[in-house]
Amino acid sequence: MKLTVWTYEGPPHVGAMRVATAMKGLHYVLHAPQGDTYADLLFTMIERRNHRPPVSYTTFQARDLGADTATLFKKSCQDAVDRFQPEAIIVGASCTAELIQDDPAGLSETMGLSIPVIPLELPSYSRKENFGADETFYQIVKALAKPQDRTGRVTCNILGPTALGFRARDDVEELTGLLSDLGVQVNVVAPLGATPSDIARLPAAHFNVLLSPETGEAAARWLEKTYAQPFTKIVPIGVGATRDFIAEVGDIIGKPVLIDESRLRMPWWSRSVDSTYLTGKRVFIFGDGTHVAAHARIARDEMGFEVVGIGCYNREMARPVRALAKAYGLEALITDDYLEVEAAIEALSPEMILGTQMERHIGKRLGIPCAVISAPVHVQDFPARYSPQVGFEGANVIFDTLIHPLVMGLEEHLLTMFRDDFEFHDDAGASHHGGKAKAKVEAVAEEAPAPQEDNIIWLSDAEKELKKIPFFVRGKARRNTENYAAEKGLSQISLDTLYEAKAHYAR
Amino acid sequence: MNDLTPSNGGCRSAPVLKERGQREVFCGLTGIIWLHRKMQDAFFLVVGSRTCAHLLQSAAGVMIFAEPRFGTAILEETDLAGMKDAHVELDREVARLLARRPDIRQLFLVGSCPSEVIKIDLSRAAERLSQIHAPHVRVLNYSGSGIETTFTEGEDACLACMVPVLKTTEARELLVVGALPDVVEDQMLALLSDMGVGPVRLLPARRIDDTTAVGPNTVFALVQPFLGETHSALERRGARHLAAPFPFGDEGTTAWLRAIATEFGVSDETFEAVTAAPRARARKAIAQAAEVLRGKSVFFFPDSQLEIPLARFLTRECGMTAIEVGSPYIHDALHGPDLDLLPAGPQISEGQDVDKQLDRARAARPDLTICGLGLANPLEAEGLSTKWAIELVFTPVHFYEQAGDLAGLFSRPLRRKAVLHLEAAE
Repeated sequence: MKLTVWTYEGPPHVGAMRVATAMKGLHYVLHAPQGDTYADLLFTMIERRNHRPPVSYTTFQARDLGADTATLFKKSCQDAVDRFQPEAIIVGASCTAELIQDDPAGLSETMGLSIPVIPLELPSYSRKENFGADETFYQIVKALAKPQDRTGRVTCNILGPTALGFRARDDVEELTGLLSDLGVQVNVVAPLGATPSDIARLPAAHFNVLLSPETGEAAARWLEKTYAQPFTKIVPIGVGATRDFIAEVGDIIGKPVLIDESRLRMPWWSRSVDSTYLTGKRVFIFGDGTHVAAHARIARDEMGFEVVGIGCYNREMARPVRALAKAYGLEALITDDYLEVEAAIEALSPEMILGTQMERHIGKRLGIPCAVISAPVHVQDFPARYSPQVGFEGANVIFDTLIHPLVMGLEEHLLTMFRDDFEFHDDAGASHHGGKAKAKVEAVAEEAPAPQEDNIIWLSDAEKELKKIPFFVRGKARRNTENYAAEKGLSQISLDTLYEAKAHYAR
Repeated sequence: MNDLTPSNGGCRSAPVLKERGQREVFCGLTGIIWLHRKMQDAFFLVVGSRTCAHLLQSAAGVMIFAEPRFGTAILEETDLAGMKDAHVELDREVARLLARRPDIRQLFLVGSCPSEVIKIDLSRAAERLSQIHAPHVRVLNYSGSGIETTFTEGEDACLACMVPVLKTTEARELLVVGALPDVVEDQMLALLSDMGVGPVRLLPARRIDDTTAVGPNTVFALVQPFLGETHSALERRGARHLAAPFPFGDEGTTAWLRAIATEFGVSDETFEAVTAAPRARARKAIAQAAEVLRGKSVFFFPDSQLEIPLARFLTRECGMTAIEVGSPYIHDALHGPDLDLLPAGPQISEGQDVDKQLDRARAARPDLTICGLGLANPLEAEGLSTKWAIELVFTPVHFYEQAGDLAGLFSRPLRRKAVLHLEAAE
């Protein structure tokens, strides 16, 4: 047993739902107790879908336990087929049904349904959501793909985008445009938007673009082995990665490709003098393996940040993320325990976090700016506006996303610097919130210096000076100074100690 | 209360459509989300799967980031294979938890579908852990599993598990049962106190040290309609239930207070003096919101068991017509007084076969559909206006001062539909 409050990933059957909901003409019959329908609202609320996910739940209850649940399962299958008339169904069990050992595969086979029935084995107690999506998509492809001739023109499939995928909708659009510029037509995008008959057409493409390794790699590998379709290894997130991806596609299709970069604004924005202050900003990067890898490169090579921590929550990507971290001279943090992530962030005290919804909240608590780069995400990261991550427009979007929290940070810093100004004192509140400002009350008496845990005392001059340091590095400055004082055996921190420590730790 | 009975007869003897099939409802674990806010020294430890943790995270939304007093001990393969003793594992996790959170005085081990199916004996675990961590922490157990409980029934199961360990009293006291938002609870206590009814005990109390006790002279009133098990458990302790409509709207609140006033011999004069002003306020506030609702039809999907009393409020006080009132479970002793007042006409349904019920809703095209978040956007996309039901459990809606807000929750979606003009001007 393991005590958990936050989970980065849901159970594997939620991954299967992400594939089923992404597709059309496919129905998922899920052997599950009353209550598991909660997952529907991830799709109808977070992703704001205008239809129910194509999932039928058997909704067994305590009184059904025993032989009855098998009958219930068969009835649900039949009802789903009759009502929704899908081209194919996938069947499986949620974590509770896994325990009662009805066999969805065997049960559905005996029913003699006229459409393909694809059984799923998703081990709920050892694997998670991304595995569920990857495995489900693989099983669907394996069951439905048909041998056929290649298309006359050069075409490819885009593999991996699912429902509830971080920016999947716009990534597909951006990637389709990019490929079209390269003279490559898209044969099938799957699972997002594909029908079972589209899946059957996958082998007609010349190669596959693996957009999301987390949810499409098993299928890509199987198609490579079975139908000799190579798949791309570079996910085109970031300027460099996009250019490498273009070269990779050129190699696959066997001709050099040139592309119009006139829409790409990110490199100039990053070179312009306004961006100089980004240099060497210490960032911590956490999320799913794919997005972390992409953002590490962006952060170091395209934004000029210093990457101080790298990690991912999905064990499936542990190996590449470890290798990547090593290349950055770091030790990767592979964990799905947010407390470990929080501890790592606290210890490193970065100036910025690139992470998930969880890291956004950790950042909020620690007062560190954060940008969201990976699932799990909340409703605000399924935006109405066009906001891809991949390709050239994706690079533009990412530049804006990464600097916004920092610009805000700079604004706040300026306000703090002028905190002794009559207009910008602590109680004035943020100017854009309005109506909150209170008149400044002059401090009545000088506070006594606060004793520190390790009995190092901050003299009031030093304490005052500390407050002038930007809030997002103040904690680090405090700790560094205290460590320095402890090393030197000082019991008091004066203004001089503060600046000696600053010089000592200067990079 | 005979004077309130509708002229066409109520719904108490109306035939109930009982359905079985796919249910689009939450399980009882969801109750933790509001219960832990109410019981300030309690921690709710679910013993379940990643699905349970994911459900709580999805249902709690941003609350999950506020160091909430709940969590899930996720079962792993080794727990299932019997390779590790589940009880040893549980003891270790509980010890770690209590060491980290010394402010916790009551710990609830909450059963889930997986823990019920593999039959981990959580009641025995609760007894054992109570002994280990006594006297500082009391450990109790209930099931919030989907196979046994629907949404708000989780609160019922929780309160019912507390009843046997409540102190015994011989005093004639009023016990008010059901978790209410603090602001509403305070209003209720003030009204009762002004009528001279007291002392009033609460279940659940805000903290364990409070003096909730029960005995043969206890009378109890329910403020929530989903407390069937707690009702039985209290009766087993000799307490007597005051049947009453639930305190939604002006009528409901007045009838609820009236039942208590009658029991405690409060004079009509006093009753009038205490309730006249807030009643007038409530009526005025309802009238404003109800303008939009008058003459409109409403369809309830089953969710929380609040459907019947809310249908009563919307039909009688806001002028709506009910087409179907679905409830996950109907308990005659609890829902009866509200069914008496609900004008005959609507289909009353218990349980659910969601696809069939959706067919009925589509055919009826109600002006307003009350349903869960899994159905709300899909139905909106089909052109039906919806009010998502979960908000009714989290928002203060009971008693006089909230009556206008309650009507407002239903009128807002209709007002929004009227104000949005997204089509081209031509």
